[in-house]
Amino acid sequence: MSSTTKLFGLSAAASVLALSAAAQDPVSLTIVSWGGAYTASQQRAYHDPYMEANPHVTINNDDGSANALAGLRAQSQAGNVTWDLVDMLPSDAQLACDEGIIMQIDHDEMLAAAPDGTPASEDFLPGSLGECFIPQIVYSTVLTYRPGAFEDGAHPASINDLFDVENFPGRRALQDRPGTNMEWALYADGVDPEDIYDVLRTPEGVDRAFAKLDTIKDHIIFWTEGAQAPQLLADGEVAFATGYNGRMFEAIEVEGMDAAIIWDGQVVEWDGWVVPADGPNMEVVMDYLHFATDTQRLADQAKFISYGPARASSAELVGEHADLGIDMGPHMPTNPDNYYAPIVLDNDFWVDYGDEMRERFANWMLQ
Amino acid sequence: MSQADATLTAPPPARREKLVTADGTPLRRALERANRRRKLTALALVAPLLAFILIFFAFPIAQMMWRSVDNPQIVNALPRTLQALETWDGQGIPDEPVFAALHADMLEDLDRPRREQAIGPLGIRLNYELSAARSAISRTSRDVPNFEAPFSDAFTDAHRLWGQPELWRIIKREGRPLTASYYVAALDREYDEAGNIVQRDENRRIYVSLFGRTLALSLAITFMTFALGFPIAYFLANLPMRYANLLMIAVLLPFWTSLLVRTSAWIVLLQQQGVINELLVNIGLISDGNRLNMIYNQTGTIIAMTHILLPFMVLPLYSVMRTIPVTYTRAAKSLGATPWTAFRRVYFPQTLPGIGAGGVLVFIISIGYYITPALVGGQSGRMISNEIARHIQQSLNWGLAAALGTMLLVGVLVLYWLYNRLVGADSLKLG
Repeated sequence: MSSTTKLFGLSAAASVLALSAAAQDPVSLTIVSWGGAYTASQQRAYHDPYMEANPHVTINNDDGSANALAGLRAQSQAGNVTWDLVDMLPSDAQLACDEGIIMQIDHDEMLAAAPDGTPASEDFLPGSLGECFIPQIVYSTVLTYRPGAFEDGAHPASINDLFDVENFPGRRALQDRPGTNMEWALYADGVDPEDIYDVLRTPEGVDRAFAKLDTIKDHIIFWTEGAQAPQLLADGEVAFATGYNGRMFEAIEVEGMDAAIIWDGQVVEWDGWVVPADGPNMEVVMDYLHFATDTQRLADQAKFISYGPARASSAELVGEHADLGIDMGPHMPTNPDNYYAPIVLDNDFWVDYGDEMRERFANWMLQ
Repeated sequence: MSQADATLTAPPPARREKLVTADGTPLRRALERANRRRKLTALALVAPLLAFILIFFAFPIAQMMWRSVDNPQIVNALPRTLQALETWDGQGIPDEPVFAALHADMLEDLDRPRREQAIGPLGIRLNYELSAARSAISRTSRDVPNFEAPFSDAFTDAHRLWGQPELWRIIKREGRPLTASYYVAALDREYDEAGNIVQRDENRRIYVSLFGRTLALSLAITFMTFALGFPIAYFLANLPMRYANLLMIAVLLPFWTSLLVRTSAWIVLLQQQGVINELLVNIGLISDGNRLNMIYNQTGTIIAMTHILLPFMVLPLYSVMRTIPVTYTRAAKSLGATPWTAFRRVYFPQTLPGIGAGGVLVFIISIGYYITPALVGGQSGRMISNEIARHIQQSLNWGLAAALGTMLLVGVLVLYWLYNRLVGADSLKLG
């Protein structure tokens, strides 16, 4: 009898032990992002501090964001979701959300409030939150030029100058998709930034944009991958290049490329997290998200890359670059000195009209 | 004696008693069994390969073809609406009962758990046919619980597209489990108001010309690999073995280098500020203002891909040339042929199996290439596979990607069939 009790007690103790071990069982999260300097900034601002506080969690980076939509759908259809968290653009997030392959987000429930108690839904910048989308950063597509490409004293300063091949000769590297190019064509043609998408929704507006693009068509080299744009500038292949402001910052400030950013007409967009539905480690993912999207962490990311934090409360915490020691404020797209003529990317427009625009753009490129 | 007679008159023993093996089973059955066992052993040996091909090759291709016609979204989301639409004549806007059915379909869908809702995929599907249909669906579905009769007004107020016959025509036309619309789009065509298939607006046609360009580029690359590869293979085949093996490494070395490295190397060489242009400017062959455009266009694609695919031409050619006895050409010459005639009429015809194999190999590989064209092709050096990859990875229009892929597959099979008719596939010699 007594031996049975002892045995029972022992097994109970063992199961308690097993339980507490289970709580600390090693967990490995797969986080999908854009790779390069961007993933590195997330590693240092989010992953490293989180893993330090939670030693049982290991975070693995997967550089698959460029094709994340296809990956999410394939994993969902195969019933084998291996990604825990995915970094993607809001337009892609909207498509995935419509398909029901990522989780809907209750921002106030899941995310930390600002230090002063403002709930998350009010702290994130207006218009940035999506049904299934948690923004991290504001980035922008900017025009960059190589001063050496022009005769002394000639400094382009606006999107107009991109379309002025007489005063600013030389080839232009543009992305091989309609986004940004169409907006800039209309902007340079005199359309007010706020009206651009209304104009683009009409067939005449689209024709007008292509007519403007026609004026520089013979001077364009198209790039596909984000890394190509600064490379083309650095090689002296082009005079102008469009590119993501973070990559341009990296090339200019860190690698010493001789180029300058024109903030006029910067096309501003968000980038952020989505959670695949039925992911394997939901509890840990939620804990991680709560940590990685709080005010301090978003501000920390700006120490490593020149993308603006998506929370209003993070803005005042943005300090110096962790390695270069330069003040990051002036390099943020959202800095008032840079934000004087922004074009805020309309994701609804691109989800609705993207296919049609891409067909016309591809047709235009081929002619 | 009589017994012998009896035996003679009786049917021959071979017919009466069957031949048997030592353990008494009839020989035929034993043979059959042995044969069957041998066949089964052979099958068991190839079974892993067979299963591999079925699972990783045949099945995905079948699945891809299925996707190009699969069309469940509208049928799943709007069963009542489709039924109500049956009596609609395609003119004007449908009557109130259709809108009421749409209201009921959307309400029911909102009650389902998120993962099973059909409205999201419906919007994405309709947007392939009509821009902005997605937001018409998603915006309306948010407001549907508050709608009150008459529903036709409620819907048309919620989004302008509900008041356009075009959206309704699409719903009616595509409200079937199978569709041809992905093929229609892949051929740069669309449906007009009467439901006839017509050519698209000139400024939206892309795929047909892209197919043509893919074909032309692939043929050019195949010819270039032949023009460069034939002399190399000939040279290698006529060297003593130990030198040939050494030089073969030079042919294979690029084969072992990463594709991206080789492509990037071409960028360094060919760009306007690159090595070749620099050299030409420095020796005064071209002026600084007239640097050659050798990359980010078709030239770039052809040069980089010719280099990458060259081994696929050299290897089959080399292995065929190795087996051609030198004595044949010598015999031709001794019979009075000039070296050129001997080469043309005796040597060259014997290399045809190698040329065929190398050509088919290079052509088929290059027709499906997309990384190199994406990096060095600029706007004029793109191929159809770049569009297929984009629809798979970015626009998520897998139906259209599958239709384009199926057309590419069928195109390659037709070309292969033609090759087989003209040259004969059994003459291929891969080494």
